[in-house]
Amino acid sequence: MTIRTTRRRWAFAGLSIVSVAALAAVAGCSSGSDAAGGEGAEFEYLSAVENSIVRDEITTLAEGACSAENEAMPFTVETLPQEDVNQRVTLLASQDSLPTMFTAPTSPLRPGGVLGDDETVINLEEKLTELGVMDNILPGAVSAVKTIYGDRFVSMPYQYNIEGIFYNKEIFEKNGIEVPTTWTDLQTAADTLAATDVAPYALPGDQDWMITRWISGYMFRDLGPDAIDDVLAGDAKFTDPEYVEVFQAIQEFGENFGQGVSTMDMATATNEFLSGNAAMMYNGSWFLADIYNEEMNPTDPETFAFMPFPEVEGGEGSIDQYVANAGAATSFSTAYDGPELDAWLTCIAENYGSSALENQGVVSGFTINDPVDDVAPLTEEIQGIMNETTDTIAWLEAFLPDKAAGEAATNAGPLLTGSMSPEDYADRLQAGVEASN
Amino acid sequence: MKNVLGDKRAILILLGPALLFYTLVKIVPVLWSFGLSFTQGDLRGFEFVGFDNFVTLINDPNTPTVLWFTFKYAILATVCQVTVGYFLALFYVFVLRKSSTLIRTLVFFPVVLPTVAVGLMFRRFFEVAPQNGPVNDILNLFGIDAVDWFAQPGTAFAVIIIMDLWRSIGFYAVLLYAGLLDVPEELLESARLDGATGLKLVRHIVVPLSLPVLLSSVIFSLNATLKVFDSVLALTNGGPGWDTSPLTLYMYKTTFTYQDYGYGSTLALTLTIICFLLTIVVFKFSRKDNTKATA
Repeated sequence: MTIRTTRRRWAFAGLSIVSVAALAAVAGCSSGSDAAGGEGAEFEYLSAVENSIVRDEITTLAEGACSAENEAMPFTVETLPQEDVNQRVTLLASQDSLPTMFTAPTSPLRPGGVLGDDETVINLEEKLTELGVMDNILPGAVSAVKTIYGDRFVSMPYQYNIEGIFYNKEIFEKNGIEVPTTWTDLQTAADTLAATDVAPYALPGDQDWMITRWISGYMFRDLGPDAIDDVLAGDAKFTDPEYVEVFQAIQEFGENFGQGVSTMDMATATNEFLSGNAAMMYNGSWFLADIYNEEMNPTDPETFAFMPFPEVEGGEGSIDQYVANAGAATSFSTAYDGPELDAWLTCIAENYGSSALENQGVVSGFTINDPVDDVAPLTEEIQGIMNETTDTIAWLEAFLPDKAAGEAATNAGPLLTGSMSPEDYADRLQAGVEASN
Repeated sequence: MKNVLGDKRAILILLGPALLFYTLVKIVPVLWSFGLSFTQGDLRGFEFVGFDNFVTLINDPNTPTVLWFTFKYAILATVCQVTVGYFLALFYVFVLRKSSTLIRTLVFFPVVLPTVAVGLMFRRFFEVAPQNGPVNDILNLFGIDAVDWFAQPGTAFAVIIIMDLWRSIGFYAVLLYAGLLDVPEELLESARLDGATGLKLVRHIVVPLSLPVLLSSVIFSLNATLKVFDSVLALTNGGPGWDTSPLTLYMYKTTFTYQDYGYGSTLALTLTIICFLLTIVVFKFSRKDNTKATA
C-alpha cells in the first residue's frame, strides 16, 4: 500500500463524514417551524381532505370580506385523510406544535383528553363573548358542541348538521312508494325497489361511520335516546338481548345490499345516489353542498328530498328526534392567540353564515347576517327543521371511549355483510367499553 | 493498512460514532418500547401497570384473529414465493438459458413498484361494485358469478397472496437464479451421463446443491412477510373487520388510532418474540443442513 493510497483513503473517509454531518445539519434545520403567534405568523388550517367545505369557504372569505385580516395573517391550508386526523393532531399536541386551526378528533377534545383543557385549545365561548360576537352563533349549535365536549364550546360551528335520509322523489313516485315513517315501511319500500334495477340504498361501506349511523339510528329509535348512556353508566350492557336485537336488525338490513357494499367509497356511493341508480342515502345536511353542486350532481336538485330516520314500531324513541352534530370539531390552538387571530375570529363569526349559504348552499351554526336571496327549497326546508329542532340525539361513537368506538367502526362492515354475528359484535363492543374502565 | 486496522484504538475511533448512532437509533427504542409495555397511557404521560397489558393481550378477542393471520400469511407467502421463484429460476437456467435476460427483467419489474400503488391497482382488479373489475369480468365470461373478493376473509386473504406473489416472485427468481448458477456444470454433466434427466436431475442434484440459497430466500421472505404492513393497509386496510390485519397493523391502530401506547408496545414485543423464535428455528434447521453436507 503506497502512502498516496492511504492518504486517498483518509481523504475519502473524511469527506464522507463531513458530507453526512452536513446532511444531518440540513435535515435538522429544515424541520424548524415558524414562531407561533406574533407578527409574520400564518393562519394555518389543518383540515381533513374528504370535506372541503370549510377550507373553500374561508378561502373565499380571505379573498373577500376578510381580505384585511388575511393581509395581517395569511390563510394557508394543509390537508390529510380523515383517518389520520386523530393520530396527527394528538402527536402535534404532545409536541406543542398544533397549527392555528385544525380538525380535532372527538375523543381527545373531550375533558380528560390531550386537547381537553383550556390551555391547549381556545375556549371559544369566552373568546367570542370577549370579542362581542357570540350572538352570531346559533344556540342550537352551541348546545350541540357543549353536549359532546363536556360543556365546553371549543369547536367553531362551521358545520351544524342534522342527519336523516335523503331520497329520490322521482323514483318513489315512479314505484308508488310513500315516504316511510316506520322501519317496516322502509323495508317494504326497499323490497319494492329490489324488483327494479334501482338499488334501494347507496351506502359507502368503506366509511365505517356510515354503517354505524344506521346502527345508532335504529338503537335510539328502538331503545330510546339514553341507550348508550345507560351502557356507559353500567346500567345496561351491549350484550343484553335488547341491544343484540338491534344488531340483528342491522344484519337483516344488510341483506338489502349486493356485493361490494363494504368496499364502496364515498365518492362512488354519492355518485350512485345523485345519478339515480340508488333511491335513498343516509346523510346529513352537509350533503346539500353536493346536491347543489352542478359539477357533482347531473340531476335536477329538486329531484331530491329529505326524511327523518323512521320510527321503530314499539320503540321508545320518536321520529322527531334528529341526530344533530356540530360536524368534525374545528378548534384553535392557544399558541396563536393574539390580535391578528382575534380579527379573523370576528370576521369569520360575522360573515361565515351568509357566505356559506350563498356560495355553497350549506347551513352552518352561524347566524345569517346578510339575508341570502333565492335559498334553494330543500335547503330552506332543512334550515327550518334545524331552527325548530329542540330534541337532538347523538351517534354511536360520540360518547364511546376510543377502543369501543374503534371496535364499533371496524366490525360494522362484517356485521352488515353477515360475516360477524350480532352476538359477536355485541361482545366486541362491550369488551371495548369495559377495557376503558 | 494493518497499522490502522490492527490498532484497537484506531478501530474504536473509526467505528465509535457510527456504533453510537446505531445504538441510539436501533437499540434504545427497542428497550424503551419494552419498558412501555408495562405501562398504560398516551403522549401526555404513562402509568406503571405491571403485567396488565399482557393480561389484556391474552383476553383480547382480536388476538387469536390477528396472530393467526400473521402466521398464516407469513408461512403461506414464504412457501409460495420461494417455490414459484425457484421454479422460475429453474426455468431461466434450464429452459431459457442464455436468452433469459429479457424475461428476468420483465418479471422483476413489479418488485420496484411502490407497494401502495400495487395495492390500489389490485383493489381495482378485484372490484365488484359499482362495476366489475377485470377479474370478475373474466369469471363472468366463464359463466361464474362475480365474487365480492374483499367482503369475506378467505377471498380477501387470497387476493393478498396473489398480489404479494405477483409483486415479489421476480425478486426471488433472480436471487435463486444466482444461486443456481453456482451449481457446477461438470456435476450436471456427469449426472446426465449417468442417466439422470429432467425431474430426477433437479430433485437429486440441483435442489440439494442449492439448499443454502433456498434457505437464505426463506429467511428473507419470512423476515419480510412477518412484518408486512403497507401492502395490506393499501389493499384491505385490515378488513373485513380485523380478519386480514397482521400484528403490525393491529399494533399501529392500537397505538396511534386508539392512543393506547402501552398495549401497542406489548403487541410490538409479541412480534419481536415471534420473529426471534422463528429465526432460532430457521437457524437450527440450517445448522442441521450444514453438518449433513459436510458429513
